[in-house]
Amino acid sequence: MNILTYLIPVSLFLGGIGLVGFIYTVRSNQYDDPEGDSRRILSDEWDDNPKP
Amino acid sequence: MTAALHPPASACPACDAAPAALAAAEAGRPSPGEILLSLPTIHCAACIAKIERGLGARSDVRAARVNLTLKRATIDADPEVSAEDMIAAVEALGFEAHELDAAALVATATDRAGRDLLMRLAVAGFASMNVMLLSVAVWSGAADATRDLFHWISAAIALPAIAFSGQPFFRNAWGALRAGRLNMDVPITLAILLALVTSLWETALSGHHAYFDAALTLVFFLLAGRYLDHRTRSIARSAAEELTALETPRAWRIERDGERQVAVAELRPGDLIRVRPGGRMPVDGEIAEGVSELDRSLLTGETLPVFAGPGQAVSAGEMNLTGPLTVRATAVGRDSSLHRMADLVAVAEAGRGNYTSLADRAAKLYAPGVHILSALAFVGWYLYTFDIRTALNIAAAVLIITCPCALGLAVPAVTTAASGRLFRRGMLIKSATALERLAEVDTVVFDKTGTLTTGAPVLENLHDLDDEAAAVALALAMGSSHPLSRALVQAAQAAGVRPARVSDIEEAPGYGARGRWNGREVRLGRASWTGAEPLAQTATYLKLGEGDTRALRFADALREGAEEAVGALIASGREVYLLSGDGAPAVEAMAARLGIARWMAEALPEDKASRIAALRDEGRRVLMVGDGLNDTAALAAAHVSISPASALDAARVASDMVLLGSDLRVLAEATTIAQSARRRIAENFRIATLYNVLAVPLAVAGFATPLIAALAMSTSSIIVSLNALRLRGGQA
Repeated sequence: MNILTYLIPVSLFLGGIGLVGFIYTVRSNQYDDPEGDSRRILSDEWDDNPKP
Repeated sequence: MTAALHPPASACPACDAAPAALAAAEAGRPSPGEILLSLPTIHCAACIAKIERGLGARSDVRAARVNLTLKRATIDADPEVSAEDMIAAVEALGFEAHELDAAALVATATDRAGRDLLMRLAVAGFASMNVMLLSVAVWSGAADATRDLFHWISAAIALPAIAFSGQPFFRNAWGALRAGRLNMDVPITLAILLALVTSLWETALSGHHAYFDAALTLVFFLLAGRYLDHRTRSIARSAAEELTALETPRAWRIERDGERQVAVAELRPGDLIRVRPGGRMPVDGEIAEGVSELDRSLLTGETLPVFAGPGQAVSAGEMNLTGPLTVRATAVGRDSSLHRMADLVAVAEAGRGNYTSLADRAAKLYAPGVHILSALAFVGWYLYTFDIRTALNIAAAVLIITCPCALGLAVPAVTTAASGRLFRRGMLIKSATALERLAEVDTVVFDKTGTLTTGAPVLENLHDLDDEAAAVALALAMGSSHPLSRALVQAAQAAGVRPARVSDIEEAPGYGARGRWNGREVRLGRASWTGAEPLAQTATYLKLGEGDTRALRFADALREGAEEAVGALIASGREVYLLSGDGAPAVEAMAARLGIARWMAEALPEDKASRIAALRDEGRRVLMVGDGLNDTAALAAAHVSISPASALDAARVASDMVLLGSDLRVLAEATTIAQSARRRIAENFRIATLYNVLAVPLAVAGFATPLIAALAMSTSSIIVSLNALRLRGGQA
């Protein structure tokens, strides 16, 4: 059962990455235009460098 | 209106530097450099790319970004670029565009409260999933040191997570307790805190049961309810704000060096303001120069245009019809008649303020009951075992089991589903309890002008005219932009009438149009000017020669779906009233046409409000549907109120719901949806109660384990949410 001492922190860390990622997307306004963003990927205009 | 006065930028780039454009840009921009446009017709990836590329190619635009969800464009441009230039540029690309007043959109720009709730929800979700996984191990038989370790890890996750995520509940509960009240958040907070304390204590004594998972799941579900609630309201708020923002209030002030466009907020009493035909009076004032006709239907409900000449007083909100007017402002902003109406609204609202929502009523019964029950469980078990630890454990279990998890979701889930469905049909719900109130309505009061009718006149008696007269009338009307003339032209052209050869046509602002036909002077206009007998209804008069006059009668066009909506409301057993500020013949005709038995004409704003108050005192639940300034007090006094999107801002603010489309049919449907939403809420309460009745004896008897608590809580929440989601679908 000693493996738990590694596994639990590892799983918490991985989950934490997801949480931090989500908070980052909320903070950087990535949910302001869900409909537009889903269409924008169809255009190849900003493929090389994203629109500021 | 203003767009036509500026040369389109694409045709004349040098005009950007012209003083007039510069002035307009300065006056019309609340936040320098940012222009907001509403783009109602965009729908695809190509639209976004086309507009962004088109605007981005201009040298005076620094950046342009289109938001497809909100159908808006945010443009960062050089300070000398005006919104009109941008509208012209977007229209040249083939899209409809309207300016949005950025100052009116403050709350939607960054929805901080919503983001804050979402963040707390995410943290609670993350923590509860992890703790739940650890708990599964404990439930399936982890013992001794392993169980203690898992409990300690759970505590380490749960404590900070709840300290962060539970703040909205703690704050609300503290606020209620300080004011000496009880609300839903008090038992929630108590349950969470008690669960944490007993669980920590149990963990420290290496006990079997810890409720960390239950406390976290509770916070997660309740936050989900709060977030749904918040989102529904913020969507409605942002749509309502957009309606306001579309009406950028501007006025043309006459200054020493010519006319300058300024924001209405900058006007002062004594300023001279130019109001063009088709424009609305921005302030109260007195006509200094010019002759015209005024449409006062939004203020009084009268459809008959009134004559306006120098010296006459005008009120903000009136529409100037024919000739340009110069108005000397006497009262601006807060002092104007538009805002004086606010006092009347405040008085009327006081009568309604005591509505308690279903959720509050449930909480009032619920909160004391839960506290008493858990206190009794604690005292009973303490007297039975004389063991504080057992007694506290059971009291915490009772609090957790009874905690209004399903109750907290019951109302928001239903209102979200119902408002979403109504929003798709073009109905905006501004007030949180409006749906519940709409479901109780048994009396419906309609305003006439602008609500049941479109406010646009339709020619009634074209067939009474001989061909010659019709041809002359058409020829005279074609040169005018007066609404009656436009209606005449429309009707005559639809009937295939060709204009007669009338020469020297000129418009006499405020009176009508005249010209020469077969050597005689012919006139089309007011009764006194053409020498005709005035009729009681809206009419214009044609003079073909001395003493040879014809009357052209106009009726207000019925709004789309008005007949069906009124018919459906009557058929559902509700009483329908028609209260209008218009004259008796027009109101009676309209009432007869729609089958409305009770009507009242020439009603002043106070009359309308007092009629509603009288109905209310009779114990009736009144739905008021109105659009004008004369309706605002009545809208505020009614149990629930609806105004069309074309209504004055003041009326929209006073009402609980806004009809976005022009079709009235959705009214009848909305009452049905509201009733089924209310039924669902009641059902959800019953489900929650049933689950409590089953689970509470277990908890009081001391059989509740964390596993049972988790199962009961999740199932009841999920059942309640699924029940609410049934509203989204087809059947009502």
